[in-house]
Amino acid sequence: MSVDTATVKRVAKLARIAIRDEEASRLAPELGNILGWIEQLGEVDTSSVQPMTAVIPNHLRLRDDVVTDGNIRAQVLANAPQAEHGFFTVPKVIE
Amino acid sequence: MSDLTDLGIRQIRDGVAGGDFSAREVAEAFNAAVAAAKPLNAFIVETPDHALAAADKVDQARAAGDTLPSMAGVPIGMKDLFCTRGVQTTAASHILEGFKPEYESTVSQKLWDAGAGMLGKLNLDQFAMGSSNETSYFGNVISPWRRNDGGNALLAPGGSSGGSAAVVAGRIAPGATGTDTGGSIRQPAAFVGISGIKPTYGRCSRWGTIAFASSLDQAGPMARDVRDCAIMLEAMSGFDPKDATSLDLPVPQWDAGLNASMAGKRVGIPREYRVDKMPEEIEALWQQGIAWMRDAGAEIVEVSLPHTRYALPAYYIIAPAEASSNLARYDGVRFGQRDLPEGANLQDMYAATREAGFGDEVKRRILIGTYVLSAGFYDAYFTQASKVRALIAQDFERAWESCDVLLTPTAPSAAFALGEKSADPLAMYLNDVFTVPSSLAGLPAMSVPGGLDKAGLPLGLQVIGRALDEQGVLNAALAIEERAGFTARPERWW
Repeated sequence: MSVDTATVKRVAKLARIAIRDEEASRLAPELGNILGWIEQLGEVDTSSVQPMTAVIPNHLRLRDDVVTDGNIRAQVLANAPQAEHGFFTVPKVIE
Repeated sequence: MSDLTDLGIRQIRDGVAGGDFSAREVAEAFNAAVAAAKPLNAFIVETPDHALAAADKVDQARAAGDTLPSMAGVPIGMKDLFCTRGVQTTAASHILEGFKPEYESTVSQKLWDAGAGMLGKLNLDQFAMGSSNETSYFGNVISPWRRNDGGNALLAPGGSSGGSAAVVAGRIAPGATGTDTGGSIRQPAAFVGISGIKPTYGRCSRWGTIAFASSLDQAGPMARDVRDCAIMLEAMSGFDPKDATSLDLPVPQWDAGLNASMAGKRVGIPREYRVDKMPEEIEALWQQGIAWMRDAGAEIVEVSLPHTRYALPAYYIIAPAEASSNLARYDGVRFGQRDLPEGANLQDMYAATREAGFGDEVKRRILIGTYVLSAGFYDAYFTQASKVRALIAQDFERAWESCDVLLTPTAPSAAFALGEKSADPLAMYLNDVFTVPSSLAGLPAMSVPGGLDKAGLPLGLQVIGRALDEQGVLNAALAIEERAGFTARPERWW
Protein backbone atom coordinates (compact mmCIF):
# COMPACT_ATOMS: atom_id res chain seq x y z
CA MET A 1 0.00 0.00 0.00
CA SER A 2 1.54 3.26 -0.97
CA VAL A 3 0.14 6.58 0.11
CA ASP A 4 1.34 9.71 -1.68
CA THR A 5 1.64 13.18 -0.21
CA ALA A 6 -1.38 14.39 -2.21
CA THR A 7 -3.50 11.76 -0.47
CA VAL A 8 -2.16 12.77 2.94
CA LYS A 9 -3.03 16.39 2.21
CA ARG A 10 -6.52 15.46 0.99
CA VAL A 11 -7.21 13.41 4.13
CA ALA A 12 -5.77 16.14 6.36
CA LYS A 13 -8.12 18.62 4.71
CA LEU A 14 -11.08 16.31 5.38
CA ALA A 15 -9.92 16.04 8.99
CA ARG A 16 -9.51 19.85 9.25
CA ILE A 17 -5.86 19.65 10.23
CA ALA A 18 -3.45 22.10 8.61
CA ILE A 19 -0.40 20.28 7.31
CA ARG A 20 2.95 21.48 5.99
CA ASP A 21 4.58 19.91 2.96
CA GLU A 22 7.44 18.32 4.89
CA GLU A 23 4.98 16.85 7.38
CA ALA A 24 2.91 15.35 4.57
CA SER A 25 6.07 13.81 3.09
CA ARG A 26 7.02 12.35 6.47
CA LEU A 27 3.53 10.97 7.12
CA ALA A 28 3.01 9.40 3.67
CA PRO A 29 5.27 6.35 4.16
CA GLU A 30 4.15 6.00 7.80
CA LEU A 31 0.50 5.86 6.88
CA GLY A 32 1.34 3.62 3.93
CA ASN A 33 2.98 1.15 6.31
CA ILE A 34 0.09 1.13 8.72
CA LEU A 35 -2.55 0.85 6.00
CA GLY A 36 -0.54 -1.89 4.28
CA TRP A 37 -0.49 -3.81 7.54
CA ILE A 38 -4.22 -3.49 8.19
CA GLU A 39 -5.01 -4.63 4.66
CA GLN A 40 -4.37 -8.23 5.77
CA LEU A 41 -7.98 -8.12 6.99
CA GLY A 42 -8.97 -8.62 3.37
CA GLU A 43 -7.87 -12.29 3.73
CA VAL A 44 -10.73 -13.04 6.10
CA ASP A 45 -13.88 -14.50 4.55
CA THR A 46 -16.67 -12.40 6.02
CA SER A 47 -19.31 -13.09 3.36
CA SER A 48 -21.71 -14.60 5.90
CA VAL A 49 -20.96 -12.27 8.82
CA GLN A 50 -22.92 -9.24 9.98
CA PRO A 51 -20.77 -6.31 11.13
CA MET A 52 -20.74 -5.94 14.89
CA THR A 53 -22.69 -2.94 16.14
CA ALA A 54 -22.77 -3.60 19.91
CA VAL A 55 -20.24 -5.61 21.90
CA ILE A 56 -22.60 -6.46 24.74
CA PRO A 57 -26.22 -7.16 23.83
CA ASN A 58 -28.03 -4.14 25.18
CA HIS A 59 -31.25 -2.48 24.20
CA LEU A 60 -31.46 1.22 23.58
CA ARG A 61 -33.51 2.85 26.27
CA LEU A 62 -36.12 5.53 25.83
CA ARG A 63 -36.50 8.11 28.53
CA ASP A 64 -39.41 10.38 29.24
CA ASP A 65 -39.50 13.27 26.80
CA VAL A 66 -38.96 15.98 29.35
CA VAL A 67 -36.40 18.72 29.83
CA THR A 68 -33.81 17.55 32.37
CA ASP A 69 -31.41 20.47 32.36
CA GLY A 70 -31.04 24.00 31.05
CA ASN A 71 -30.53 27.53 32.31
CA ILE A 72 -26.80 26.91 32.54
CA ARG A 73 -25.62 29.35 29.88
CA ALA A 74 -22.72 30.63 31.95
CA GLN A 75 -21.45 27.08 32.50
CA VAL A 76 -21.82 26.19 28.82
CA LEU A 77 -19.80 29.25 27.84
CA ALA A 78 -17.31 29.11 30.70
CA ASN A 79 -14.58 27.37 28.69
CA ALA A 80 -15.16 29.10 25.36
CA PRO A 81 -11.99 30.59 23.84
CA GLN A 82 -14.16 33.58 22.92
CA ALA A 83 -17.74 34.38 23.91
CA GLU A 84 -19.74 37.59 23.61
CA HIS A 85 -23.29 38.55 24.58
CA GLY A 86 -24.06 34.99 25.62
CA PHE A 87 -22.85 33.40 22.39
CA PHE A 88 -19.81 31.49 21.15
CA THR A 89 -18.02 33.72 18.70
CA VAL A 90 -16.03 32.75 15.61
CA PRO A 91 -14.43 34.68 12.73
CA LYS A 92 -16.92 36.23 10.34
CA VAL A 93 -18.23 33.61 7.87
CA ILE A 94 -20.37 35.85 5.62
CA GLU A 95 -18.83 38.88 3.91
CA MET B 1 3.64 3.71 63.14
CA SER B 2 4.62 2.13 59.84
CA ASP B 3 4.65 4.31 56.77
CA LEU B 4 1.05 4.95 55.76
CA THR B 5 2.04 5.06 52.09
CA ASP B 6 2.87 1.34 52.29
CA LEU B 7 -0.81 0.58 52.83
CA GLY B 8 -3.32 -0.42 50.18
CA ILE B 9 -6.96 0.58 49.76
CA ARG B 10 -8.50 -2.01 52.09
CA GLN B 11 -5.88 -1.46 54.80
CA ILE B 12 -6.41 2.30 54.73
CA ARG B 13 -10.16 2.01 54.75
CA ASP B 14 -10.15 -0.46 57.66
CA GLY B 15 -7.48 1.50 59.56
CA VAL B 16 -9.44 4.73 59.28
CA ALA B 17 -12.69 3.00 60.28
CA GLY B 18 -10.95 1.32 63.23
CA GLY B 19 -9.31 4.51 64.43
CA ASP B 20 -5.72 3.29 63.89
CA PHE B 21 -5.04 6.58 62.12
CA SER B 22 -7.10 9.46 60.76
CA ALA B 23 -8.02 10.00 57.14
CA ARG B 24 -6.23 13.33 57.37
CA GLU B 25 -2.96 11.62 58.38
CA VAL B 26 -3.31 9.32 55.38
CA ALA B 27 -3.99 12.22 53.01
CA GLU B 28 -1.04 14.17 54.38
CA ALA B 29 1.29 11.19 53.96
CA PHE B 30 0.28 10.66 50.35
CA ASN B 31 0.29 14.39 49.57
CA ALA B 32 3.91 14.40 50.74
CA ALA B 33 4.70 11.39 48.54
CA VAL B 34 3.13 13.19 45.57
CA ALA B 35 5.15 16.34 46.24
CA ALA B 36 8.36 14.29 46.41
CA ALA B 37 7.68 12.37 43.19
CA LYS B 38 8.13 15.16 40.64
CA PRO B 39 10.98 13.35 38.80
CA LEU B 40 8.44 10.71 37.67
CA ASN B 41 6.29 13.40 36.00
CA ALA B 42 3.21 11.32 36.85
CA PHE B 43 0.90 14.22 37.69
CA ILE B 44 -0.28 17.00 35.39
CA VAL B 45 -2.08 18.76 38.27
CA GLU B 46 -1.69 18.09 41.99
CA THR B 47 -4.75 18.56 44.19
CA PRO B 48 -3.62 18.17 47.83
CA ASP B 49 -6.53 20.32 49.06
CA HIS B 50 -9.05 17.99 47.45
CA ALA B 51 -7.49 15.02 49.24
CA LEU B 52 -7.47 16.86 52.57
CA ALA B 53 -11.07 18.07 52.25
CA ALA B 54 -12.31 14.56 51.48
CA ALA B 55 -10.29 13.20 54.41
CA ASP B 56 -11.67 15.77 56.85
CA LYS B 57 -15.20 14.89 55.79
CA VAL B 58 -14.49 11.22 56.52
CA ASP B 59 -12.93 12.01 59.91
CA GLN B 60 -15.96 14.12 60.84
CA ALA B 61 -18.35 11.39 59.71
CA ARG B 62 -16.48 8.86 61.83
CA ALA B 63 -16.50 11.16 64.85
CA ALA B 64 -20.25 11.56 64.41
CA GLY B 65 -20.66 7.78 64.40
CA ASP B 66 -21.87 7.59 60.79
CA THR B 67 -21.45 4.44 58.71
CA LEU B 68 -18.44 4.98 56.46
CA PRO B 69 -18.66 4.19 52.74
CA SER B 70 -16.44 1.61 50.98
CA MET B 71 -13.45 3.84 50.19
CA ALA B 72 -13.67 6.26 53.10
CA GLY B 73 -10.34 7.93 53.73
CA VAL B 74 -8.60 6.52 50.65
CA PRO B 75 -6.84 9.18 48.53
CA ILE B 76 -6.46 8.15 44.90
CA GLY B 77 -4.95 9.37 41.66
CA MET B 78 -7.35 10.32 38.86
CA LYS B 79 -6.31 9.71 35.26
CA ASP B 80 -6.56 13.06 33.47
CA LEU B 81 -9.13 11.63 31.09
CA PHE B 82 -11.91 11.98 33.67
CA CYS B 83 -13.57 15.38 33.86
CA THR B 84 -13.30 16.85 37.35
CA ARG B 85 -15.31 19.96 38.22
CA GLY B 86 -13.13 23.04 38.48
CA VAL B 87 -9.88 21.08 38.07
CA GLN B 88 -8.01 21.25 34.77
CA THR B 89 -8.73 18.21 32.57
CA THR B 90 -6.57 17.82 29.48
CA ALA B 91 -6.34 14.21 28.23
CA ALA B 92 -2.62 15.16 28.16
CA SER B 93 -3.25 17.28 25.05
CA HIS B 94 -2.34 20.89 24.40
CA ILE B 95 -5.72 21.37 22.75
CA LEU B 96 -7.44 21.05 26.15
CA GLU B 97 -4.85 22.95 28.15
CA GLY B 98 -6.67 25.18 30.63
CA PHE B 99 -9.99 23.36 30.27
CA LYS B 100 -11.78 23.30 33.62
CA PRO B 101 -14.95 21.22 33.35
CA GLU B 102 -18.15 22.59 34.82
CA TYR B 103 -19.22 19.04 35.63
CA GLU B 104 -17.92 15.85 37.21
CA SER B 105 -17.56 12.52 35.41
CA THR B 106 -19.83 9.78 36.73
CA VAL B 107 -16.90 7.53 37.65
CA SER B 108 -15.07 10.21 39.65
CA GLN B 109 -18.30 11.32 41.35
CA LYS B 110 -18.97 7.73 42.41
CA LEU B 111 -15.50 7.52 43.93
CA TRP B 112 -15.99 10.78 45.87
CA ASP B 113 -19.37 9.48 47.03
CA ALA B 114 -17.56 6.35 48.27
CA GLY B 115 -15.36 8.54 50.47
CA ALA B 116 -12.24 8.73 48.30
CA GLY B 117 -10.23 11.92 47.81
CA MET B 118 -8.13 13.11 44.88
CA LEU B 119 -4.35 13.50 45.03
CA GLY B 120 -4.15 14.89 41.52
CA LYS B 121 -4.73 14.40 37.82
CA LEU B 122 -2.48 11.77 36.31
CA ASN B 123 -0.45 12.04 33.14
CA LEU B 124 -1.26 9.68 30.26
CA ASP B 125 -0.68 9.18 26.58
CA GLN B 126 -2.36 12.01 24.69
CA PHE B 127 -6.09 11.16 24.36
CA ALA B 128 -5.08 7.71 25.69
CA MET B 129 -3.37 6.94 22.37
CA GLY B 130 -0.15 5.10 23.11
CA SER B 131 1.44 2.18 24.92
CA SER B 132 4.38 3.92 26.62
CA ASN B 133 3.14 7.30 27.87
CA GLU B 134 5.45 9.02 25.39
CA THR B 135 2.71 10.88 23.50
CA SER B 136 1.70 13.23 26.35
CA TYR B 137 2.00 16.96 25.66
CA PHE B 138 3.16 17.29 29.28
CA GLY B 139 6.17 15.00 28.88
CA ASN B 140 6.92 11.33 29.45
CA VAL B 141 6.01 9.58 32.66
CA ILE B 142 9.08 7.79 34.04
CA SER B 143 8.58 4.32 35.47
CA PRO B 144 9.66 3.98 39.10
CA TRP B 145 11.34 0.71 38.08
CA ARG B 146 14.92 0.34 36.90
CA ARG B 147 16.72 -2.63 35.44
CA ASN B 148 19.10 -4.43 37.77
CA ASP B 149 22.03 -3.96 35.38
CA GLY B 150 23.27 -0.91 37.24
CA GLY B 151 22.36 1.29 34.29
CA ASN B 152 19.96 4.14 34.74
CA ALA B 153 17.98 3.70 31.54
CA LEU B 154 14.64 5.44 31.95
CA LEU B 155 11.86 2.90 31.46
CA ALA B 156 8.35 3.31 30.10
CA PRO B 157 5.57 2.78 32.64
CA GLY B 158 3.38 1.50 29.80
CA GLY B 159 0.38 3.31 28.47
CA SER B 160 -1.90 4.84 28.15
CA SER B 161 -2.52 4.82 31.93
CA GLY B 162 1.20 5.42 32.59
CA GLY B 163 0.80 7.98 35.36
CA SER B 164 -1.68 5.72 37.14
CA ALA B 165 0.72 2.77 36.92
CA ALA B 166 3.72 4.78 38.10
CA VAL B 167 2.06 6.22 41.22
CA VAL B 168 0.55 2.95 42.39
CA ALA B 169 3.82 1.04 41.89
CA GLY B 170 5.84 3.86 43.50
CA ARG B 171 3.62 3.97 46.64
CA ILE B 172 2.56 7.50 45.75
CA ALA B 173 -1.13 6.51 45.67
CA PRO B 174 -2.81 3.35 46.96
CA GLY B 175 -4.99 3.19 43.86
CA ALA B 176 -5.73 5.09 40.67
CA THR B 177 -8.30 5.15 37.95
CA GLY B 178 -7.37 3.91 34.51
CA THR B 179 -9.14 3.59 31.21
CA ASP B 180 -8.68 0.76 28.76
CA THR B 181 -9.45 0.95 25.04
CA GLY B 182 -7.06 -1.73 23.78
CA GLY B 183 -5.05 -2.59 26.89
CA SER B 184 -4.37 0.77 28.56
CA ILE B 185 -5.05 -0.55 32.09
CA ARG B 186 -3.60 -4.05 31.75
CA GLN B 187 -0.35 -3.39 29.88
CA PRO B 188 0.88 -0.60 32.23
CA ALA B 189 -0.22 -2.65 35.26
CA ALA B 190 1.95 -5.52 33.96
CA PHE B 191 4.91 -3.19 33.27
CA VAL B 192 5.02 -1.92 36.86
CA GLY B 193 3.97 -5.00 38.83
CA ILE B 194 0.48 -4.00 40.00
CA SER B 195 -3.07 -5.26 39.37
CA GLY B 196 -5.62 -3.69 37.07
CA ILE B 197 -8.97 -4.77 35.72
CA LYS B 198 -10.97 -3.65 32.72
CA PRO B 199 -14.58 -4.63 33.44
CA THR B 200 -17.21 -5.71 30.92
CA TYR B 201 -18.01 -2.93 28.46
CA GLY B 202 -20.82 -0.88 30.00
CA ARG B 203 -20.09 -1.56 33.69
CA CYS B 204 -18.51 1.86 34.25
CA SER B 205 -20.25 4.88 32.83
CA ARG B 206 -18.40 6.71 30.08
CA TRP B 207 -20.15 9.98 30.91
CA GLY B 208 -17.61 12.71 31.55
CA THR B 209 -14.71 10.52 30.42
CA ILE B 210 -12.99 12.09 27.43
CA ALA B 211 -13.78 9.80 24.51
CA PHE B 212 -11.15 7.99 22.43
CA ALA B 213 -13.02 5.06 20.81
CA SER B 214 -16.49 4.90 22.31
CA SER B 215 -17.29 1.26 21.49
CA LEU B 216 -14.12 0.16 23.31
CA ASP B 217 -13.44 2.67 26.12
CA GLN B 218 -13.92 1.29 29.63
CA ALA B 219 -12.76 2.67 32.95
CA GLY B 220 -11.31 0.44 35.66
CA PRO B 221 -9.18 0.45 38.79
CA MET B 222 -5.41 0.01 39.14
CA ALA B 223 -4.22 -0.98 42.61
CA ARG B 224 -1.68 -3.05 44.48
CA ASP B 225 -3.68 -6.25 44.76
CA VAL B 226 -6.75 -8.06 43.52
CA ARG B 227 -8.89 -7.29 46.55
CA ASP B 228 -8.18 -3.56 46.31
CA CYS B 229 -9.21 -3.70 42.64
CA ALA B 230 -12.47 -5.43 43.61
CA ILE B 231 -13.27 -2.76 46.21
CA MET B 232 -12.49 0.11 43.85
CA LEU B 233 -14.28 -1.43 40.86
CA GLU B 234 -17.44 -1.79 42.98
CA ALA B 235 -17.25 1.91 43.80
CA MET B 236 -16.74 2.91 40.13
CA SER B 237 -19.40 0.70 38.52
CA GLY B 238 -23.13 1.05 38.13
CA PHE B 239 -25.93 2.08 35.81
CA ASP B 240 -25.91 5.64 34.55
CA PRO B 241 -28.78 6.97 32.44
CA LYS B 242 -26.39 9.58 31.00
CA ASP B 243 -24.44 6.89 29.07
CA ALA B 244 -26.52 5.16 26.38
CA THR B 245 -24.36 2.01 26.55
CA SER B 246 -24.34 1.79 30.36
CA LEU B 247 -25.47 -1.64 31.60
CA ASP B 248 -28.69 -1.42 33.62
CA LEU B 249 -27.66 -4.15 36.07
CA PRO B 250 -26.98 -4.21 39.81
CA VAL B 251 -23.30 -4.04 40.81
CA PRO B 252 -22.23 -7.42 42.22
CA GLN B 253 -20.42 -7.58 45.56
CA TRP B 254 -17.10 -8.56 44.04
CA ASP B 255 -15.07 -7.99 47.19
CA ALA B 256 -17.33 -10.15 49.37
CA GLY B 257 -17.46 -12.77 46.61
CA LEU B 258 -13.68 -13.26 46.30
CA ASN B 259 -12.69 -16.92 46.41
CA ALA B 260 -9.29 -18.21 45.30
CA SER B 261 -10.34 -21.82 44.87
CA MET B 262 -10.45 -22.85 41.23
CA ALA B 263 -11.93 -26.29 42.00
CA GLY B 264 -14.38 -27.27 39.28
CA LYS B 265 -13.23 -24.42 37.01
CA ARG B 266 -11.73 -24.88 33.57
CA VAL B 267 -8.95 -22.54 32.50
CA GLY B 268 -8.49 -22.16 28.74
CA ILE B 269 -5.07 -21.66 27.18
CA PRO B 270 -5.46 -20.11 23.73
CA ARG B 271 -2.90 -21.62 21.41
CA GLU B 272 -2.85 -18.59 19.10
CA TYR B 273 -1.36 -16.44 21.86
CA ARG B 274 2.00 -18.12 21.37
CA VAL B 275 3.50 -15.41 19.16
CA ASP B 276 6.77 -15.23 17.25
CA LYS B 277 9.78 -13.79 19.04
CA MET B 278 8.07 -13.90 22.42
CA PRO B 279 10.82 -13.88 25.08
CA GLU B 280 11.39 -17.24 26.79
CA GLU B 281 10.73 -15.64 30.14
CA ILE B 282 7.19 -14.71 29.10
CA GLU B 283 6.55 -18.27 27.96
CA ALA B 284 8.05 -19.59 31.23
CA LEU B 285 5.83 -17.30 33.29
CA TRP B 286 2.80 -18.46 31.31
CA GLN B 287 3.67 -22.10 32.08
CA GLN B 288 4.13 -21.14 35.73
CA GLY B 289 0.68 -19.53 35.68
CA ILE B 290 -0.79 -22.72 34.26
CA ALA B 291 0.84 -24.69 37.09
CA TRP B 292 -0.59 -22.24 39.65
CA MET B 293 -4.08 -22.64 38.17
CA ARG B 294 -3.74 -26.42 38.38
CA ASP B 295 -2.54 -26.12 41.96
CA ALA B 296 -5.64 -24.04 42.75
CA GLY B 297 -7.78 -26.92 41.54
CA ALA B 298 -8.53 -25.88 37.97
CA GLU B 299 -8.67 -28.13 34.95
CA ILE B 300 -6.49 -26.82 32.10
CA VAL B 301 -7.88 -27.03 28.56
CA GLU B 302 -6.30 -25.90 25.32
CA VAL B 303 -8.62 -23.72 23.26
CA SER B 304 -8.43 -22.03 19.89
CA LEU B 305 -9.25 -18.39 19.08
CA PRO B 306 -8.59 -18.65 15.34
CA HIS B 307 -9.03 -14.96 14.45
CA THR B 308 -6.58 -13.65 17.06
CA ARG B 309 -4.04 -12.46 14.49
CA TYR B 310 -6.63 -10.20 12.89
CA ALA B 311 -7.54 -8.46 16.15
CA LEU B 312 -4.79 -5.82 16.01
CA PRO B 313 -5.40 -4.73 12.41
CA ALA B 314 -9.17 -4.63 13.08
CA TYR B 315 -8.53 -2.56 16.19
CA TYR B 316 -6.32 -0.13 14.27
CA ILE B 317 -9.21 0.54 11.91
CA ILE B 318 -12.05 0.71 14.42
CA ALA B 319 -10.28 2.72 17.14
CA PRO B 320 -8.87 5.44 14.83
CA ALA B 321 -12.19 5.61 12.95
CA GLU B 322 -14.09 6.28 16.17
CA ALA B 323 -11.36 8.65 17.35
CA SER B 324 -11.50 10.71 14.16
CA SER B 325 -15.21 11.18 14.77
CA ASN B 326 -14.96 11.80 18.54
CA LEU B 327 -12.11 14.29 18.20
CA ALA B 328 -13.97 16.37 15.61
CA ARG B 329 -15.37 18.33 18.57
CA TYR B 330 -12.00 20.00 19.21
CA ASP B 331 -12.42 22.90 16.86
CA GLY B 332 -11.50 25.92 18.95
CA VAL B 333 -15.08 27.09 19.34
CA ARG B 334 -16.62 25.73 22.54
CA PHE B 335 -13.67 24.78 24.75
CA GLY B 336 -9.94 24.32 24.74
CA GLN B 337 -7.31 26.15 22.74
CA ARG B 338 -7.97 28.30 19.68
CA ASP B 339 -5.39 29.23 17.09
CA LEU B 340 -6.52 32.15 14.98
CA PRO B 341 -3.89 33.27 12.48
CA GLU B 342 -4.09 36.88 11.27
CA GLY B 343 -6.84 37.21 8.67
CA ALA B 344 -7.97 33.58 9.03
CA ASN B 345 -11.51 32.52 8.18
CA LEU B 346 -13.48 29.90 10.10
CA GLN B 347 -12.08 26.92 8.17
CA ASP B 348 -8.53 28.22 8.61
CA MET B 349 -9.18 28.57 12.33
CA TYR B 350 -10.33 24.95 12.65
CA ALA B 351 -7.30 23.67 10.74
CA ALA B 352 -4.79 25.85 12.59
CA THR B 353 -6.31 25.03 15.99
CA ARG B 354 -6.13 21.30 15.36
CA GLU B 355 -2.67 21.51 13.81
CA ALA B 356 -1.29 23.29 16.88
CA GLY B 357 -3.37 21.43 19.47
CA PHE B 358 -2.96 17.75 18.62
CA GLY B 359 0.25 15.76 19.02
CA ASP B 360 1.80 13.60 16.30
CA GLU B 361 0.26 10.27 17.35
CA VAL B 362 -3.19 11.82 17.69
CA LYS B 363 -2.91 13.36 14.21
CA ARG B 364 -1.68 10.04 12.80
CA ARG B 365 -4.73 8.25 14.18
CA ILE B 366 -7.18 10.94 13.11
CA LEU B 367 -5.76 10.74 9.59
CA ILE B 368 -5.98 6.93 9.50
CA GLY B 369 -9.53 7.11 10.86
CA THR B 370 -10.52 9.76 8.34
CA TYR B 371 -8.97 7.72 5.52
CA VAL B 372 -10.72 4.44 6.40
CA LEU B 373 -14.06 6.20 6.74
CA SER B 374 -13.75 8.23 3.55
CA ALA B 375 -15.95 7.68 0.52
CA GLY B 376 -14.93 4.61 -1.45
CA PHE B 377 -12.95 3.02 1.39
CA TYR B 378 -15.58 2.67 4.11
CA ASP B 379 -16.72 -0.86 3.20
CA ALA B 380 -13.26 -2.23 2.47
CA TYR B 381 -11.90 -1.02 5.78
CA PHE B 382 -14.47 -0.12 8.42
CA THR B 383 -17.23 -2.57 7.50
CA GLN B 384 -14.72 -5.39 7.03
CA ALA B 385 -13.13 -4.59 10.41
CA SER B 386 -16.55 -4.60 12.09
CA LYS B 387 -17.21 -8.03 10.58
CA VAL B 388 -13.85 -9.36 11.73
CA ARG B 389 -14.69 -7.96 15.15
CA ALA B 390 -17.85 -10.09 15.14
CA LEU B 391 -15.74 -13.16 14.28
CA ILE B 392 -13.35 -12.40 17.15
CA ALA B 393 -16.29 -12.18 19.56
CA GLN B 394 -17.57 -15.52 18.17
CA ASP B 395 -14.16 -17.09 18.83
CA PHE B 396 -14.54 -16.22 22.51
CA GLU B 397 -18.16 -17.47 22.58
CA ARG B 398 -16.97 -20.85 21.29
CA ALA B 399 -14.13 -20.93 23.82
CA TRP B 400 -16.61 -20.48 26.68
CA GLU B 401 -18.17 -23.81 25.69
CA SER B 402 -15.07 -25.54 27.03
CA CYS B 403 -13.66 -23.17 29.66
CA ASP B 404 -14.61 -20.55 32.26
CA VAL B 405 -11.68 -18.15 32.01
CA LEU B 406 -8.66 -17.74 29.73
CA LEU B 407 -5.09 -17.35 30.94
CA THR B 408 -2.50 -15.52 28.79
CA PRO B 409 0.49 -13.25 29.25
CA THR B 410 -0.52 -9.57 29.49
CA ALA B 411 2.17 -8.16 27.19
CA PRO B 412 4.74 -9.71 24.84
CA SER B 413 7.67 -8.16 26.74
CA ALA B 414 8.66 -6.51 30.00
CA ALA B 415 8.84 -2.71 30.15
CA PHE B 416 11.05 -1.21 27.45
CA ALA B 417 13.19 1.88 27.71
CA LEU B 418 11.76 5.28 26.79
CA GLY B 419 12.57 6.03 23.16
CA GLU B 420 13.17 2.38 22.30
CA LYS B 421 9.99 1.93 20.28
CA SER B 422 8.70 5.44 19.73
CA ALA B 423 10.28 5.78 16.27
CA ASP B 424 8.16 2.98 14.79
CA PRO B 425 4.40 3.32 15.32
CA LEU B 426 3.72 -0.23 14.14
CA ALA B 427 6.18 -1.81 16.60
CA MET B 428 4.45 0.14 19.36
CA TYR B 429 1.01 -1.06 18.25
CA LEU B 430 2.15 -4.72 18.48
CA ASN B 431 2.52 -4.30 22.24
CA ASP B 432 -1.25 -4.65 22.57
CA VAL B 433 -1.39 -8.04 20.85
CA PHE B 434 -2.72 -9.92 23.91
CA THR B 435 -5.01 -7.22 25.27
CA VAL B 436 -6.83 -6.01 22.16
CA PRO B 437 -8.92 -9.13 21.35
CA SER B 438 -10.83 -9.04 24.67
CA SER B 439 -11.34 -5.28 24.24
CA LEU B 440 -12.89 -5.84 20.82
CA ALA B 441 -15.24 -8.40 22.41
CA GLY B 442 -16.06 -6.15 25.40
CA LEU B 443 -14.99 -8.83 27.89
CA PRO B 444 -13.68 -8.33 31.44
CA ALA B 445 -9.92 -8.87 31.66
CA MET B 446 -7.33 -8.34 34.35
CA SER B 447 -3.56 -8.21 34.70
CA VAL B 448 -1.93 -9.52 37.85
CA PRO B 449 1.82 -9.59 38.57
CA GLY B 450 3.44 -12.99 38.16
CA GLY B 451 7.15 -12.47 38.69
CA LEU B 452 10.29 -10.67 37.58
CA ASP B 453 12.39 -11.18 34.48
CA LYS B 454 16.20 -11.48 34.44
CA ALA B 455 16.54 -7.71 34.41
CA GLY B 456 14.46 -7.50 37.59
CA LEU B 457 11.39 -6.08 35.86
CA PRO B 458 7.80 -7.20 36.52
CA LEU B 459 5.85 -9.47 34.19
CA GLY B 460 2.09 -9.82 34.25
CA LEU B 461 -0.43 -12.57 33.58
CA GLN B 462 -3.82 -11.81 32.08
CA VAL B 463 -7.13 -13.45 32.95
CA ILE B 464 -10.01 -12.96 30.51
CA GLY B 465 -13.58 -13.88 31.45
CA ARG B 466 -17.09 -14.14 30.05
CA ALA B 467 -19.11 -10.96 29.70
CA LEU B 468 -20.34 -9.86 33.16
CA ASP B 469 -18.18 -12.45 34.95
CA GLU B 470 -15.78 -10.03 36.67
CA GLN B 471 -16.06 -12.30 39.70
CA GLY B 472 -14.59 -15.25 37.82
CA VAL B 473 -11.76 -13.04 36.56
CA LEU B 474 -11.01 -11.61 40.01
CA ASN B 475 -11.09 -15.07 41.60
CA ALA B 476 -8.66 -16.56 39.09
CA ALA B 477 -6.40 -13.52 39.50
CA LEU B 478 -6.54 -13.97 43.28
CA ALA B 479 -5.52 -17.62 42.89
CA ILE B 480 -2.48 -16.45 40.91
CA GLU B 481 -1.70 -13.65 43.36
CA GLU B 482 -1.72 -16.03 46.35
CA ARG B 483 0.69 -18.39 44.61
CA ALA B 484 2.95 -15.82 42.97
CA GLY B 485 3.66 -14.13 46.30
CA PHE B 486 4.75 -11.06 44.36
CA THR B 487 6.22 -8.55 46.82
CA ALA B 488 8.83 -6.86 44.63
CA ARG B 489 8.63 -3.09 44.52
CA PRO B 490 10.78 -0.44 42.90
CA GLU B 491 13.53 0.95 45.05
CA ARG B 492 13.01 4.65 45.57
CA TRP B 493 15.44 6.75 43.50
CA TRP B 494 13.31 9.84 42.87
